Amino acid sequence: MMITKTVNTIEEALLGIGDGMTLLLGGFGLCGIPENAIAELVRLGVKDLTCISNNAGVDDFGLGLLLRNRQIKKMVASYVGENDEFERQMLSGELEVELIPQGTLAERCRAAQAGFPAFFTPAGFGTEVAEGKETREFDGKMYVLEKAVKADFAIVKAWKGDTAGNLIFKGTARNFNPNMCGAAQITIAEVEELLPAGQLDPNQIHIPGIFVQRIVQGRNYEKRIEQRTTRPQS
Amino acid sequence: MLDKFGIARRIAKEVKNGYYVNLGIGIPTLVANFVRTDIELEFQSENGILGMGPFPFEGEEDADLINAGKQTITALPGASYFDSATSFSMIRGQHVDLTILGAMEVSEQGDIANWKIPGYMVKGMGGAMDLVASADNIIVAMMHTNKEGQSKLLKRCTLPLTGVACVKKIVTNLAVMEVTKEGFRLLERAPGVSVEEIKAATEGNLFVEGLIPEMS
Repeated sequence: MMITKTVNTIEEALLGIGDGMTLLLGGFGLCGIPENAIAELVRLGVKDLTCISNNAGVDDFGLGLLLRNRQIKKMVASYVGENDEFERQMLSGELEVELIPQGTLAERCRAAQAGFPAFFTPAGFGTEVAEGKETREFDGKMYVLEKAVKADFAIVKAWKGDTAGNLIFKGTARNFNPNMCGAAQITIAEVEELLPAGQLDPNQIHIPGIFVQRIVQGRNYEKRIEQRTTRPQS
Repeated sequence: MLDKFGIARRIAKEVKNGYYVNLGIGIPTLVANFVRTDIELEFQSENGILGMGPFPFEGEEDADLINAGKQTITALPGASYFDSATSFSMIRGQHVDLTILGAMEVSEQGDIANWKIPGYMVKGMGGAMDLVASADNIIVAMMHTNKEGQSKLLKRCTLPLTGVACVKKIVTNLAVMEVTKEGFRLLERAPGVSVEEIKAATEGNLFVEGLIPEMS
């Protein structure tokens, strides 16, 4: 019999998340973010969180909701524009911020998922990102040693999932979500459509269930568009 | 002198048949509008798409389909989606042929600064540090001077660096230049712009050899 990862509610999915913990959160901008889990984190009011996510949401959505509530102590991200409250908290020193290159962030997640303690990347060599880090030359080019992320929980959003924890993502909502699965002690996946095991084609699965500990049916996805851009009808 | 569309049109000529191309935010995004339609090429956006198409028609926007600038986009037939680590494997692994991005400053050694103005603006580097550290072919698209009229082509960058010795070519509203051991080597002048005007707008060493043609 397949191992069942299903939990019935988002409350149950987030059980064990407490003050001061480190969370990985999937998404790029507002695309593919775990909306249900973020709303529940706001409701729970857990504080002093370290959040590792590519972006920090906007003022009134995504991780911006946790920022507004002063629940985040430290933000680790690659790009944090488009968020006034973030900028205010950062410049006033209320919020600790670590900015790291996007590819390095993705690889630090993948390294944790895959069991590598660290890796060398050329990104950031000669810049302030490399300060205090080991550097090394390989074949005439310089590289920076970057370490795998360490986190208590990874929280991701997928399009479809099954009770065995297998996940399929949609479009560019995939982004960091697959890389964060299995990169923390416990991985929580919220999905738009949760199916019985056997309903997903094994050939089409992006993330096998072994990387996921809890899967929950998400509700009421808003899927807000940050930069709605269109072309004229010709 | 060129406007931002003129800069994009000139850079579009650098896009060759068979290229995979990553376009940064701002002027680089406009390049897609000017590339030849008779060549094969694919645009990569580092949030996870290869084969990016034009913006959607109104009413056809999909929240699950955006580019790295978070704008709604479309996918062309033959497109693929992938995770962020795979996306940067394409970039770090040098599978992307051409990277076009904007800059606040470029030095005559090819250093680039485009992510932070200390105490004033900190938005982050996004994928720019990975792109400039990995790509062999990097073109910078920018205005020659900033809003205060100061040169953005410097002996040494004053802002925090995004990457060192990585920029190969620069296209501005005034000129096309390449980065060489002698500094910025002037290749072309924008229509109606003299070599003297370009020299005056360039703080770093501008290397001029022979007659400099006007951009066609």
